Amino acid sequence: MINVLFFAQVRELLGTASVQVDSAELTTAAELRALLASQNDKWAQVLDSDKLLVAINQTMSQWHATIKDGDEVAFFPPVTGG
Amino acid sequence: MQANKIIVQTEDFDVAAEYAAIANDNSDGAVVTFVGKVRDFNDGAEVTDLTLEHYPGMTENVLQQIAVEARERWPLNCVTIIHRVGTMHLGEQIVFIGVTSAHRKAAFAACEFLIDFLKTKAPFWKLEASPDGRHWVDARDSDEQAAKAWNNGDK
Repeated sequence: MINVLFFAQVRELLGTASVQVDSAELTTAAELRALLASQNDKWAQVLDSDKLLVAINQTMSQWHATIKDGDEVAFFPPVTGG
Repeated sequence: MQANKIIVQTEDFDVAAEYAAIANDNSDGAVVTFVGKVRDFNDGAEVTDLTLEHYPGMTENVLQQIAVEARERWPLNCVTIIHRVGTMHLGEQIVFIGVTSAHRKAAFAACEFLIDFLKTKAPFWKLEASPDGRHWVDARDSDEQAAKAWNNGDK
């Protein structure tokens, strides 16, 4: 399983902070994003944003980065701290 | 060289205490601090309070990495980064950065570098409240440009 986390407006728009996804047929962060986006129109709209960022195991990553069973993958918008 | 002090907390911080903690080494001729506060406007709109969300675990790791990068660029002694999360009201302190060095140029530059990188790399998100409701703050291109300028050699 892959533990997927959502933050800020992504979390708010999806209405959930995390989901567990079966990783059997997933090899990249982009595939995970596409699988989640295919659930319904709302998820597609939120996750298809061209500003969406991804972190794998708490490190900022690229969409083509490899994911594997047990990983923590987070989706979030551009950061605005400070 | 002292270890980096990196803290993410809901409580307010005491600038005098943080200053005292880093300003006690007589080999440092320079102490530079920065405090970010909740201001009463953003993009022309009135702001009543601000809520900061973060990614626990990743945030602390990123702040450590940024501090390590600063040490690779300048000869620093103390580096303190304290960032608050949760809801803060007008005038409240959000972030403290404190840097000490033998000379002022390194301390000034490192402090600016740390806040520029924190704003674009650390997973914090601001939710502003105004009389019209709440909205998430958009990332600014100018913040991204400021961080990139360090890598382009423009700063």
